[in-house]
Formats: sequence, structure tokens, C-alpha cells
Amino acid sequence: MVILFDGIAYGMLLYLMSVGLSVTMGLMGFVNLAHGVFAMFGGYLAIVLQQYTGLNFLLLLPLVFLLTALLGAVLEVVLFRRLYGANPLAHVLLSVGVVFVAVTIATFTFGPSVLSIQTPHNLQGQVSLAGITIGKYRLFLVCVGLLLSVLLWVGITKTQYGARLRAAVNNLRVAAALGINVNRIFLCTFALGSGLAGLGGVLSLDLLGIEPNFALKYMVYFLLIVSLGGAGTLLGPFLAAILVGVIDTVGKYYVPELGGFLIYFVMLIVLLVRPNGLIAAKGITSTGT
Amino acid sequence: MTMRKTGYMLELVFWIMFVLAAAVFPYRLTLLSQILIMGLFAVSLDMVLGYAGILTVGHAAFFGAGAYVAGLLAVWGWGEPITGLLLALIVCGLLGYVFGYFVSRGADLTRLMISIAVCLLFAEAARQFSGITGGSDGLHGVNIWPILGYYEFDLFGKVAFSYTYVVVLLLFLLVRLILASPFGLSLKGIQGNVNRMHAFGANVHARLRMVYAMSAAIAGVAGALLAQTTQFVSVETLSFERSAEVLIILILGGAGYLYGGLIGAVVYMVLHDHLASLSPQYWMLGLGIVLIAVALFGGGGLMGIVHRIFYRRSDT
Repeated sequence: MVILFDGIAYGMLLYLMSVGLSVTMGLMGFVNLAHGVFAMFGGYLAIVLQQYTGLNFLLLLPLVFLLTALLGAVLEVVLFRRLYGANPLAHVLLSVGVVFVAVTIATFTFGPSVLSIQTPHNLQGQVSLAGITIGKYRLFLVCVGLLLSVLLWVGITKTQYGARLRAAVNNLRVAAALGINVNRIFLCTFALGSGLAGLGGVLSLDLLGIEPNFALKYMVYFLLIVSLGGAGTLLGPFLAAILVGVIDTVGKYYVPELGGFLIYFVMLIVLLVRPNGLIAAKGITSTGT
Repeated sequence: MTMRKTGYMLELVFWIMFVLAAAVFPYRLTLLSQILIMGLFAVSLDMVLGYAGILTVGHAAFFGAGAYVAGLLAVWGWGEPITGLLLALIVCGLLGYVFGYFVSRGADLTRLMISIAVCLLFAEAARQFSGITGGSDGLHGVNIWPILGYYEFDLFGKVAFSYTYVVVLLLFLLVRLILASPFGLSLKGIQGNVNRMHAFGANVHARLRMVYAMSAAIAGVAGALLAQTTQFVSVETLSFERSAEVLIILILGGAGYLYGGLIGAVVYMVLHDHLASLSPQYWMLGLGIVLIAVALFGGGGLMGIVHRIFYRRSDT
């Protein structure tokens, strides 16, 4: 039971870090292998901020979210925007290039070792809930994850911004003709996704730590979640992230000799049965980008 | 007609250059062999990526598989090099055919993911079954018998270079033949307009599967060559970084130009040899910046630039 819960908490983290990718990749059709860079940036930023300002962990979260979103916005304008609608190969090259640069900068500034952060006292320790003992921090992760997913769902399906985004994705030219500022919508969405990844990066400090290879190491997990979940939906990546988190945690606990096998194997099976993911978005990007 | 003749001449010059380079730099034969091997690997990637338009970032799976097949065969007591290459060719071709089934369907994203997953799966397998593969330490004790029972591998890599040169040249000519055939042209058609190829009645999936198998087989031979000439196989041959590296080589040289992979390998490996020893960190930074620049401004890599100059001249 405890392991299951740990798996869910891990899944929530993965969800936060990859939901932005699900939007850029699924809705905007941009194959971004550099998404992990934002999570990494968030993690390092939190460490630096805590060292120099001594801010409370909970106050750090929104701050890191905003700053990472800002970085995402800048990169979108300078780099990513130029390649919307280009060949996916160009996306891969650009984003791999960004990852390489980011890894170098991170190694240069922080050294190659794994860093972590001090979580506040009231999030340490265990709590008993309905007969099972679970880590407080993991409970906190699950709550934050659920809260943010509900917010995202409301944001995309109920608000005007969400409606505009969906319109822009469905048919870019018609949406533009209707007077929707498509560029701005995409910019905001990209920034939002990056910010969430940054937030995920901070939250993962306690569980995973951070190192210069973070962006590459977890890239596979992000891609896995997006492609398993079916790019372009909200529910898909959520389910996929929890699935990946649980399978990975349970697998590593009970059959450690299988290592990372299990998760790749599950992925191959799922993609064999459903090439477009668990929940395929209707009408958009189901075939080709 | 003169254009075609100049083309042949240039090709001839390219292959003679390697022999000359070997004569001029007898102490850099290992590097030259590695260039040829990576070049062949990049050409195999070009078949699926440049010609058939399948986006894959996991081609090291087959490179590594070929290396392990040839390496294990030698470790288990059969060090005959040419049968080693053939076995790698067959095994990787079959693997490619099986995984081609996954890859030929689905959108770009799905293809990308499957290719990465297969590569990771193989790397994980090589790490886990350390009893057979030597795990993270790599596979040692790869003893290769003399080629044709006569030419023994020497310390300076003369035989290794000649062997690599001949095998790479033969396979390159084979690839060239395949790509110039109606089958090769139909691949370009698939990349250009899939729907129209369907309308022509071409069996698109079967063709993609076939080219994926061929490409995997050739990547496998490239891996086997590396294993035989270095007498060692490391898990790194299966890594994601290796997949990214070959992709960079191909893009740098120019995808879809036949010689792109080879030219890319020459430029990349020579630069890598000079710069990476100076500072591995700056090397990665520079590589990243070059990649970003190529993605933003570069079309077709080095071969693309040559091609454009060539065409502009022939127009006037």
C-alpha cells in the first residue's frame, strides 16, 4: 500500500514535469526534447534562491514557477517560435542542442554531483492515514498534483484563454482570421508549460535530487508519458504519469533485477495496441504532425 | 552527361583520399577506421531518415546489437571476422524487420518514442545480463582470427584499416545500388507524399519495414566492424548519446545526399579528435550551439551547401 502511494506521488511529480510537454508536443506539434531543461532550471534556481535569500520552501514554489515561465517565454521567442510547423527533425536538433548547452552550463556552475534541498520541518516525517503510514512530503506532492491538474482542466476547458488555445490548435489559420492572437496564445502556453516543469523540478529535489544530467535522464520518462497518454489531452498524460510512477516504483521494489526494463516493455506493448496513446485526442494530431 | 561524369570523378577522389590519408598519417589509422565506421553507420541512418523520412533517434540499438553479436561470437570461440560480419548483418536485419513493424505505423512522435525505447531496452538488457555481456565493464577478450586466414590484425591498425575500408566501400556501393533502384525511388516518394504512394498502389508499410530492416542490418555491420577492429564492446555502443551522435553526423553532412553521412563523419570525427581532447566540456557546448544553428539556419548540411553551389553554377 505504502509503495503504491509512493508510486502515485512519483507519478504526480512526473505529471507536473511533463504536462507542459504534452501541450507543446501534442497541441502545438513541437517535438521538444529539451523540456527537462526547464525542470532542471527550476531545481537549480530553488537551490540558489534558498542559499541567498533563505526564503521558505513554500514561498519558493510560486517564485520558481514564475521565473521558469519567464525563461520559457524568452526561449520561445528567441528559438522555438521560429520552428513551429517545421520538420520534426529540426525540432529534435534544436532541442538536443539546447539540452547540450544546458548540461554544460549546469556542470560548469554547479559541478557534476547530485544536489538536494532542505524541505521545511512541517513536511518532514510521516503521517498516519486510514491505517497506513505515509510520508508527509509525498502526501503534499499528491495534493499539489491534484490541485494543479484540476486548475489546468478548468483553465483549458472553461476559460476564454482555454477556448482560444483549443481554437488555435484546431485550425491555426481560421483562429488567426477570427482575430485571435495565435502567437501570444502559444507564447503563454509555452511559458505555462515551462513554469509547471520548473515547479516539478523544485518539488522533485527531495525525491530525486538534481544533477547536470537531469534533463537527459528524465527526458525519456517525459516522452514516455506524453506518448503513452496520447499527446494533446489532459487526462491521458495524468493517467500515464501515474501508471509510469506506480509501475516504476513497484517494479524497482519487488523485482529490482528487472531494473528499467519493465517500464519500456509496458510502453512498447501499449504503443503496439494503441499507436496513438491511451487516450487519443479526437481530430487533432492523431496522425502526423 | 558531363555533370554525371564530374560526379563519378568526385566520388572516386573521395575514396582515393582515404587511401592517401592512410599513407600520409600512418599513426592515425585508428581514427581513419573510426571515421569510416561512423560514416557507414550514418549512411545506414540516412536510408531511413534521409530517404524514407522515418524519424528515429535510436539507431544505436542496431549498431550496438551488431557489435555484441560479432563480439560474443569471437568470445565464444569463433573469431573468423567475415562470418562475424555476416551474422551481425543477419541478426540485425531480422531485429530491424521485427521492430520495423512498430516503426512503420504511427505518427512521427510514436516512431520517435519507439526508436528511443528499443534503444534503451537493448542498453538495459546489455547491462542486466552482465554474465554474458560483461555489463557496464564491457565485453573483453574479443579475439579475432586473421582475415581469410592470412592477414593478422597488427598493432598499428594497418590490417584493421584496410579491412574496414574494403567492407565499408562494398556496403556503401550496395546501399547506393539499393537507393538508386525503383525501391529506393519509391522511398523518396513515400517521404514526399505518402497519400499519393498509397494511391499508386504501393505497399507503403511493407516498403518501410524492408528499408528499416536493411538499414538495421548495415548499422549492425558497422557495429560489428567496430567490435572486431577494437577487439572490445562497451555498453556505450547502445547508448542514447551514440544515437544522437550519429544523427548529428548525418545532419552535419546532409541527410538524403548519399555522401552526407560520410562527409559528416569526416568533419565531425576530426573536430572531435582535436577539440574533445582539449576540453570535453567546451566540446559539448560547441556541439549544442552548432546544433541550434543548424536547426535554425542550415538546410541540408554541408552536402546541401555544396549542392546549392553546384546547382547555381549549372543554371548560369
